[in-house]
Amino acid sequence: MNALEQYIGLYREYREVVERNAPAALNALRPAALDALATARLPRKGQEDYEAIDMEAIFAPDYGVNVTRLDYDIDPTESFRCDVPNLSTCLFHTYNDVPHISATSRRNLDGVVVETLTEATANHPDVLAGHLGRLARLDDPTVALNTLLAQDGLLVYVPDGVSASKPIQLLNILSAAHPTMVVRRLLVVAGKNAHVRLLACDHTQGSGTQVLNLQVIEVVAGRNATVDFYDLEESGTDTSRVSSLFVEQHEGSSVLVDGITLMNGITRNNSHVQVVGEHASTELLGMTIASGHQHVDTRSFVSHNVPRCTSNQMFKYVLADEAIGAFAGKVLIKEGCPRVEAYQGNRNLCASPSARMYTKPQLEIYTDDVKASHGTTIGQLDEEAMFYMRTRGVSQESARRLLMQAFMSDVIDGVRLDVLRDRLHYLVEKRFDGTLAACTGCAICGK
Amino acid sequence: MKNQQDKTNNKAKQQDDILRNAVDEEYKYGFVTDIDTNVIPKGLNEDVVRQISALKNEPEWLLEFRLKAFRHWQTLRQPSWGHLHLPEIDYQDISYYAAPRKKKEGEIDPELMETFDKLGIPLQERKALSGMAVDAIMDSVSVRTTYSERLAELGVIFCPISEAVRDYPDLVRKYLGKVVPYTDNFFAALNSAVFSDGSFVYIPKGVRCPMELSSYFRINAAQTGQFERTLIVADDDAYVSYLEGCTAPMRDENQLHAAIVEIIVEDRAEVKYSTVQNWYPGDKDGKGGIYNLVTKRGLCRGDHSKISWTQVETGSAITWKYPSCILKGDYSVGEFYSVALTRNRQEADTGTKMIHLGKNTRSTIVSKGISAGYSQNSYRGLVRVAPQATGCRNYTQCDSLLLSDTSGAHTFPVIEVGNDSSIVEHEATTSKINEDQIFYCNQRGIKTEDAVALIVNGYADEVMTKLPMEFAVEARRLLSVSLEGSVG
Repeated sequence: MNALEQYIGLYREYREVVERNAPAALNALRPAALDALATARLPRKGQEDYEAIDMEAIFAPDYGVNVTRLDYDIDPTESFRCDVPNLSTCLFHTYNDVPHISATSRRNLDGVVVETLTEATANHPDVLAGHLGRLARLDDPTVALNTLLAQDGLLVYVPDGVSASKPIQLLNILSAAHPTMVVRRLLVVAGKNAHVRLLACDHTQGSGTQVLNLQVIEVVAGRNATVDFYDLEESGTDTSRVSSLFVEQHEGSSVLVDGITLMNGITRNNSHVQVVGEHASTELLGMTIASGHQHVDTRSFVSHNVPRCTSNQMFKYVLADEAIGAFAGKVLIKEGCPRVEAYQGNRNLCASPSARMYTKPQLEIYTDDVKASHGTTIGQLDEEAMFYMRTRGVSQESARRLLMQAFMSDVIDGVRLDVLRDRLHYLVEKRFDGTLAACTGCAICGK
Repeated sequence: MKNQQDKTNNKAKQQDDILRNAVDEEYKYGFVTDIDTNVIPKGLNEDVVRQISALKNEPEWLLEFRLKAFRHWQTLRQPSWGHLHLPEIDYQDISYYAAPRKKKEGEIDPELMETFDKLGIPLQERKALSGMAVDAIMDSVSVRTTYSERLAELGVIFCPISEAVRDYPDLVRKYLGKVVPYTDNFFAALNSAVFSDGSFVYIPKGVRCPMELSSYFRINAAQTGQFERTLIVADDDAYVSYLEGCTAPMRDENQLHAAIVEIIVEDRAEVKYSTVQNWYPGDKDGKGGIYNLVTKRGLCRGDHSKISWTQVETGSAITWKYPSCILKGDYSVGEFYSVALTRNRQEADTGTKMIHLGKNTRSTIVSKGISAGYSQNSYRGLVRVAPQATGCRNYTQCDSLLLSDTSGAHTFPVIEVGNDSSIVEHEATTSKINEDQIFYCNQRGIKTEDAVALIVNGYADEVMTKLPMEFAVEARRLLSVSLEGSVG
């Protein structure tokens, strides 16, 4: 039996329970997902775009799925507060895949709607009907599996003209006594001239917990909308994550996606951006620091379907010990789309003899009047810079750390939230120190 | 205001006309030589493989090699992963052996002589360009190899591979299939089963080959394929520069060219391999043309050895090849310089593989793609640094120039690094011809058409300078003819 079959079997067995505990909008997507899975196979290592990661192995353990929607008896609000000092956010918790929204969270939302998909089915059925599952591509079996099993999730809906003054922080806590697959779903819809900043962070509670975090995020940026999405992973070495992000950008919209992996087990992040409106700008940034046996695998795809739009990508990796990093990116500029400017960069530092890096930056261009380029490097710290610092009395280790921080700084500087930027500089500094920063007031890290 | 508008329109129209002219440019080598040719019936089975082997009076071991390859080939399917529209080829509809009939033993048909003269490859040594020895291959057999005797004085072996099998069986047996085994890929298996002729080069220890060696491939017979095999061995401290050129008649049907080139380079030796590929590219609607599906690979076996590939690809309906280097010896060097020009409906998916296995090995990749008309041009490459290959260095640059808004340029590099002391860099850009540069030339009285030729020649210069002189002239001419005014 392959890995997918066990989950399809689980669904067939508990179909009635799954559907009873889920909103109609999600149930409506399941038949297509089941069809897509009928002939699907999870990619094995070595397949195109999966050069370094074995998806079959990631899904192979017999993970439990919380189909009956048992609530976890710990209130995440009490157990965990991941503060970014001086950053005032509207904080929403998701405990594994069960969203918890308290009344206090909803204060100061300035008209932005944040609700569970179950609530949204009643309150904003038209938004769900228009967008939920529309962007997610079921030809990726992991996305189809998410669609088949997801029972709830969050909707962030920013109506036309609404601008949220505070960033919205989506705090995901992963914790389970038994191996668990967490099936999460997020839909972000920003209307015309809307403006929203989202900060999502994943944290694993307790060590030794085997969790597979399977999430699908759909982001629709309407005309002239601005969406900044920061996705920070600070989970544990036993956590696997398969995350697929789908973005659709309309005319004049601006989307920034910044994916930061500071601590993890095995991570596969897919970003899929469709630019459908002119003058849209896309910024995809990624930063990974991996050591031990961590594995971070990123795939990005930006499709320019219209003329006159820009995209910029920069992914940076620092790999130590036995860590494995992989990046596969593609920029597609379709026929009849002149005046597109696209850049894709991937810079990597291998800091140990046994670290491995695989990279595959790709351009597919069908129009002549464009500027598209990519650059990738794999190397080490600049010896001259090291020497310069050593001659000035900086120790080998400090010089190394300083240079690594400097290497990461342009990705961090892409963060448009000042305080978050400072926090990230701090977290990265701590990460290179070998100690993860303790969150202020955090019940777990504070121990 | 209106005047200005008109002027702009006129200019655009003029550029369109120029482009159209360029696209309609005739293929110069499209003639057919009317010559008595021995063609075996179409189809491919074990009997055909045996028949080819028998026609060439081959020893038993080679027949075994062919049969093994054929049996393996039968288990494979035609690959489809390229960024190409390669149709499912009917391998039973091709004749696998075609040889111009000799009038008398040891004499060459004057018709053949004339053909090669017309192609600019004189087979009489007195007429030939001094400093270049040529192995001329028509369809499945070698017609003539010039200067063989003179080279033999130095111990250099330069002869058709069928002769080498007869005269130097130990050498051929030692090296054949060692760099590209028959199990390598679908077309390598096919070639190993049915290969007909090609060149064999052996440069003994310490010899610097005094002249350029060259093979000229010509497909003449209809409904045949060409499956040549080239094997070059450079022993310790040897040096050779080898050139390859090719043309084919204009036909409405597609013809298959599936060759293998193997190069083995020992300690401190160097091989420079240059290709000017000008197979018939098909007409402007993409009808006809050669499918050029070639496996080329070199092994830098010795320390401090070097292989340099230079290719100018202007022909073929479909080009699908990756001349590669396995850098096994410590301090060995691999280079790849390529200009690939596609126009009309041509498709090219080409690039290289640099596999670093030895310590402190270095590789350089410079690839320039030029796409016009409705063509698709892809660079695909692999740079792999094995964990034990410490201190390696790679630099890759692949640029694409788009000359029409209906053509495509794509880049698919794969990079794998397995240690912390190697540095790999990759850069790629895609854009159209810089309008400022054209404007600058126009200002100085240079026509747009000439300006484009100038800019493209400058763009390709980095690669052109790597070609031996005689070829560089030919390549530049080819490029300017093909490009004549191809600006959109």
